[in-house]
Amino acid sequence: MQQTEFLNVVLPFKDKLYRLAKRLLVSKEEAEDATQEILMKLWSKNSMMEGYNNVEAYAMMMTKNFCLDRLKSKQAGNLKLVHSNYRDENVSLQNQVEVSDSLGWVERIMEELPEQQKMVLQLRDVEQYEFEEIAELLGLSATAVRVTLSRARKTVREKLVQKHNYGIK
Amino acid sequence: MELNNIEKLLERYFDATATVAEEEMLREYFTKEEVPLHLKKYAPMFQYFSIAKEEKFTRQVPLKPRKKSYMKWISVAAVGILIFGIYFGRSYQEQREAEYAYQETKKALSLLAANLGKGTEKVAYLREFEETKQKIYNKN
Repeated sequence: MQQTEFLNVVLPFKDKLYRLAKRLLVSKEEAEDATQEILMKLWSKNSMMEGYNNVEAYAMMMTKNFCLDRLKSKQAGNLKLVHSNYRDENVSLQNQVEVSDSLGWVERIMEELPEQQKMVLQLRDVEQYEFEEIAELLGLSATAVRVTLSRARKTVREKLVQKHNYGIK
Repeated sequence: MELNNIEKLLERYFDATATVAEEEMLREYFTKEEVPLHLKKYAPMFQYFSIAKEEKFTRQVPLKPRKKSYMKWISVAAVGILIFGIYFGRSYQEQREAEYAYQETKKALSLLAANLGKGTEKVAYLREFEETKQKIYNKN
């Protein structure tokens, strides 16, 4: 596989890898490093890549494992938590949204979720994966994914309402 | 969209029993339309999810063209040929040595045979001498 061909295969999902990495690692730089690492790993074994019928799922799995390892490793202690990435990037969004600050809340609430819930929420609500795909990716049953997702969504709702009320009262 | 419908969808959304298409409807509803006050608290969630999807990986990844696997296979092949060559070269050498030894032995044996022939020729004279000697003895 040539370089351009590889890039064409990778192009549709490289942002998904990055977003998943960022969801887990929070820091933008860390997520970029992780994504780069994954893409280079994929490239280094790209002769095998033609054998996988779903390169995207495989790459997502690699990203997930890589990020979890990264979090577990000692270096995790030095992870920078960058909270303010989204604000300057999405200037246009600020206009269309009344309470732009509450979007930041959602992000912060998501950061506090356990990793499993983070990933399920990311894969379902941001990337719109099917339950079966998520189940396969995370090595859970479809029912477990459903339960985790429901729990995550309810937690986000609850905390959001809490913050909302706090802001008013 | 009907408010009633949205409320039902929301319920299913939080139970995680809605389909991807239904969730998409919710996302659209909360990002586009005016939301009634009691549902407003849900809006940031859906808005955030649509925005989170916009984030892009912009870094250029340096991809090196790979040649090393090619070299690896060549060296494997070379080692294979070398071992093959040593194995068969040695057996050929052994065969030649054996042949040489056979030839040498044959030469030595033929030399021995020739000398033995010469010896018997001489012994034939000796018998002549013995016969004549017997004749002389018998006369006397």
